[in-house]
Formats: sequence, C-alpha cells, structure tokens
Amino acid sequence: MPSERERRFAGPRRGQLIFALIMVGLALLLLALIGEQTAWVQKTKLFAQPRFWPAVAIGGMVLLGGLHLYKLPWRRISRNDLREVKRWGQVLEFAGWFMGYVLLVPLIGYLPVTLVFMPLLSWRMGYRRPFMLWTSAAFAVAVVLLFKAFLSVKIPGALLYEYLPGPLRTFFILYL
Amino acid sequence: MDLILSAIDILMRWDVALALLAGSVGGVLIGAIPGVGPAVAIAILLPATFSMDPIVGLTVLLGIYGSSMYGGAIPAILINTPGTAVNALTTYDGYPMTARGEPRRALSLAYSASFFGGIFSVICLILFAPVLAKIAPMFGSREIFMAALLGLILVVVAHRGQALIAGALACFGIFLQTIGLEPVKYTQRYTFGQDFLGGGINLIVVVLGLFAISQAFVLLTDEDEKVRMARLRGGMFQGLRELAHHPRVAGVSAAFGVLMGMIPGVGEFTAQFMSYTYAQKTSKRPEDFGHGSSEGLIAAETANNAVPAAAMVPLLALGIPGEALTAMMLSVFYVHNVVPGPGLFQNDMDFVVALYLALLVLNVLVLLFLLFATRSLIQVVRIPNRFLGVCILTLSFVGVYSLRNSATDCLMAAGFGILGFILKRLSLPSVPIILGMVLGGIMEVKLRAGMARVKEPLDFIDRPVAFILFLLIIIVLAVHILRVLKDRKELKEAEWQTKTSSTSFGSLMLRRRNSFLKDHGRKVRARHSKLLRRLTDLF
Repeated sequence: MPSERERRFAGPRRGQLIFALIMVGLALLLLALIGEQTAWVQKTKLFAQPRFWPAVAIGGMVLLGGLHLYKLPWRRISRNDLREVKRWGQVLEFAGWFMGYVLLVPLIGYLPVTLVFMPLLSWRMGYRRPFMLWTSAAFAVAVVLLFKAFLSVKIPGALLYEYLPGPLRTFFILYL
Repeated sequence: MDLILSAIDILMRWDVALALLAGSVGGVLIGAIPGVGPAVAIAILLPATFSMDPIVGLTVLLGIYGSSMYGGAIPAILINTPGTAVNALTTYDGYPMTARGEPRRALSLAYSASFFGGIFSVICLILFAPVLAKIAPMFGSREIFMAALLGLILVVVAHRGQALIAGALACFGIFLQTIGLEPVKYTQRYTFGQDFLGGGINLIVVVLGLFAISQAFVLLTDEDEKVRMARLRGGMFQGLRELAHHPRVAGVSAAFGVLMGMIPGVGEFTAQFMSYTYAQKTSKRPEDFGHGSSEGLIAAETANNAVPAAAMVPLLALGIPGEALTAMMLSVFYVHNVVPGPGLFQNDMDFVVALYLALLVLNVLVLLFLLFATRSLIQVVRIPNRFLGVCILTLSFVGVYSLRNSATDCLMAAGFGILGFILKRLSLPSVPIILGMVLGGIMEVKLRAGMARVKEPLDFIDRPVAFILFLLIIIVLAVHILRVLKDRKELKEAEWQTKTSSTSFGSLMLRRRNSFLKDHGRKVRARHSKLLRRLTDLF
C-alpha cells in the first residue's frame, strides 16, 4: 500500500527516480567541467565574470535537483521505472523518422519528400484506409504550398532540382 | 484620441487584416483540436513570421494566443476534453450542461463570457496605457533584473509540490542560455570545442523541441480515441442574454484575469482559480458548481480570456515575458530589432495601442465566426490523435529547418523533443526551461549593467521601485516557505493518523519479540551479524 508521502507526490511514480538521478548526475558532471569549460578573467568584477552565470545555473541545478532527489519518497529503482525508460526509448523511432525527413529534403526536395513522408508515416501509424492516406498527401501538398510558396520560408532548393530543365528548375527551387 | 487614430493608421493595411483573419480563425481551429494548443502552433509559425513586419507577425501570433481559448472551450464542453490546458476548468461546469442536454447553452455562454473577458481586458489596458507609459521609465537595469528574478521565482513557486524540480529546470534553462560565445569578454562557455555550440543554443530550437516535437511524440505513441459528439441545434445567441444576468461574476472574473495576467509567471490558472472560488463563495447556489453551473462557466471562461492582453503588459513595458507564449513572441521583437521595454512605451506608444486594438477587433471576429460556424467547426475534434502527431512532426520541420537550414538544429530540436516527452510522461513542467532561457539572458545583461554603477551590493536596491520589487521577492519566498512548512505539518499529521500499529513502548517490545521468534527475523539478524563480522575483520 502506498504511504501518505507517496500518495501526496505530484505526478506518477514511474520513472521519477531515474529522471532525478540523471538530472543530478548531469549537473554534477557539468559542475566538474566548469573550470575547463568557462574562463575566469583577471581584474573583472564577480558579476561580470563569464563563469558567474553558468556557476549560478549549475549550482542551482545541483542544489535544487539534489533536494528533489532527496525528497523523493522512493529509494529503489523498480521494474515499473525500467519499463518507463523503455517507453522513453520508443520515441527514438519517431526521432529517427524526423531526422530521416530532415536529411532527405536538401537532397530530393521539400515537396517530393513531404509527399512520401506523410502517407508513409500515416501507414506506419496504422492508417490503411485510402481516405486517410489521400488526406495525408493533400495535407503534405498544402503545407509545402503554404510555407514555401506563400509564406516564402527559407527552405533551400534540393540537389535533385538541379537536373530539371531551365524554367522548371527555377520554379521548383523557388516554390516547391 | 490622436494616439488611437495613429494606432488605427498602423492597422489599416491589407496584410494586417489578413493576419487578423488568419490568426483568429486559425487560433479557434487550433484551440478546438485537443492535443495541439497555441504553444505548438506559435512555436511552428514563429520562424515564418520573422519575414513579416513586426505588427503583422505579432498580430498572427496574438490572434492564435487570444482565440485558441475560445476554440478550446468546444471540446471541453462537448466531449469533456479541454482543447487547451487553460480550458480544464471549463469542463467542470460545461460538460455537465452537455450531459443534461444543454450543449448549445453551454457553448454560447462560454463564447459570450470569453468575449466579455477579452474586450474588458483590452479596454482596461488601453485606458491604463498612459499610466504604464509613466511607470515604465522608472525601470532601469536594476529594476528589470529584479522584475525578471521575481517572474522566475513566481513561475517556480507556482508549481505546487514540484517547486524543487521546477527550480532545477529553470536553472537548466539559464544554463542553456549561457552556452556559446560570451559577448563581453569573448570567451567560450560549455562549447566543448564544437563549432555548432559556438553560436549558442537557439531559443526557437528549444521551444519547438519542448512544445511541438514532444507533443508529436506524445500523440504518436498514444491511442486514437473514439469521440461521441452531442448534436447542436438552434442559434448561439442566448448566451449573450444570459451573461447580462451575471454582471458581477463576469466583471470580477475579468478583473482577476487582467491583474493576474499582468504579473509575470502567474497567468491563467491562478486567475481562473481565484475567480471560480469567488463565484462559488458569493453564489446563491454554490452546490451547483461542478454540476453545470452557469456562473462557474462564466467565471472560468471570462478569467482565462482576460489574460492574453494583460500578459502583453510585462512583455511590452519591461521586455519581460511572464509565460512561455509571450517568451516566444519576444523573439519576434528581437528579430526586427525592436526592443520591448520602457523605450517602446515612450517612443512607440501607437504601436502598443495598435496591438491592443488588433486584439479588440480579433475578439469581435472570433465571436462572429463562432456564432455562425460552430456546427461545422466541431468536426475538427474528430481528427485522430496519431494522425495529428504525423501532421505536427511534419510542420515542426518547417519551424526548425527554416531558421538556419541546419540539420544540427533539427537534431537538437529532436533531442529537446525527447526531453519534453519525458517531462510530459512524468507530469513535470517544461515552461520553467523556456523562461529560464529568456529571463536568464535578460538577468545576465541587466545585472552586469546594474552592478557597474553601484559601490556596495545594498546600493542595488536603493531606488524605490527596486526596493519594492526586492520586498516582493522576499514576501513571495516567505509565503512559499510557510506553505511548504504547513504542507509538511499536514503530511506528518496524516502519516500519524494512518499509522496502523501502536507506537507505545509495550507494543514496540512485543513486535521486537515477534521479530526475534520468526524465521525472517532470524535470517535478517544472521545477515547483519555477517556484515558486522566482515566490518570488524577489517580492523
């Protein structure tokens, strides 16, 4: 049965201890590197030192993170904590999809990659109905037209566009 | 009057009109889709607004900020799921009204209350602007440092029960801001010899990671929910009449919204909580609250819609954002070399009033749109969660990549996306990281400038405004410490009450005897004596 302290804890139990340990560990590591990674300038006031604010920030992380860890009502990593870490790991797949999309756009082009990426990821998420796949393709075209053609956001033309004939090449580089 | 005329002159452009329309309709749509929210939309659109004029870009973003709460009330009332986080209180009274067959009444009341809150706050602030213009110049480096520190402390202590980790995350935000080339002495800070860290970590990359990409991850790893929607019949105008019967609740709630919105780090939740409590305590039927009370719905919706305009006050007058959305808007100012702060109020007052007038027009547009288009609009609630995740991930790419066309930025945003996902899974706040980044940068610059002119540390608070802010910081900290001590006392009392075994000496000895006689007790003692032997052997 959970204790009163556990019952009053804000948020779920799973993963809290591991997160707090990582946070404090990272803060201690950064604190250990402060001499190497920041400079102390002679004849300069304390508040103007380049090291001052990193020291305040990391000091705060160590102190407050350490107190949070100390105040946690759990001292042992349970099976649920490890299961939660696995759940965190699941999103690496989607981070991979995102990075794949990012790396392919400068090579193949914003419109073609988006037009493939959206239906493919929708398929991966379990949508098999043609309606959803067509909707995702239409959304892809709408996004490209809105941002690149209409709002002119800075997304460079792809390497593949260089092989297109003259006027078409300019059109693709500018708008798609 | 001249001021208002010159402000209208700024707004009389086709692109501003388009921005108003796009912001209001887009904001309502975004608010109505549970799982998107204004933070995601503003984070994605932010880089796209950099190429626009400041007034156009800010109008779009303000439009989304101001109108998303109108839209957020739709799923809160119809399916008991708040469209944006601040509509959570709307579900308390909105959904019970739907359950008893009055969805139309609840929706029209929510729109009317939101409209009143929005208009009330804008009018208050337009009237209040000349006073602000007089107060703002009293804020020098020291005062701005103190106000930023107060804002950061308020954000941290507002997370009840999580203040320690919120403080640690705010410090993490301050640390992120220090990475890169330090601009005064030109020394490297935590760059680890990597070129991509030399320029520092961009705020937009962090914002997109923590808000947009993390939300995409949450939706992609979630299940699609089946939505059962109530049917809407008839007009939506009855709420306006009903609101007129509760002028006291609406007025006080809007005033709470304006006041709380102006204080950095406080915002919608506190305003809603205070106005809801006030409405319940002064109501003739307090037992109806939480079971479909029209007063409860009015209090919640009026208070949260009065906040956006008020939240712009610390941003415009002092350059200090009070929460994540205004922190994002600050970057629009910086990109256009417009420095918000006392100077803006003194020199570009018409720009400030134009922004408020834009908000005024926006509220009218949103109300008209909702009164006539709600029945078609509610269909967006049906968009499946995981498909939304796919859309947000695709849109996040535009936000990050268009900044500097850098794949490294995208990698960092994906990293912050994973961090944001973990924070969401653990119900930990990500807003302190963003505010730590923004306010940390302001505090560093202002403290350096302020301390250059003082001989002793106490001289830092020798000016009246600085001293008042210092006193406020002390009061906030003292109140927080008292609250922590009170919580601790309550916990001890509760622990004492739930203890099942007696704590008398006789019972203790009896339990000890039982432990000695049982097999498990024997095993434990054997293990302890083995360890003790090993220890004594060492010496």
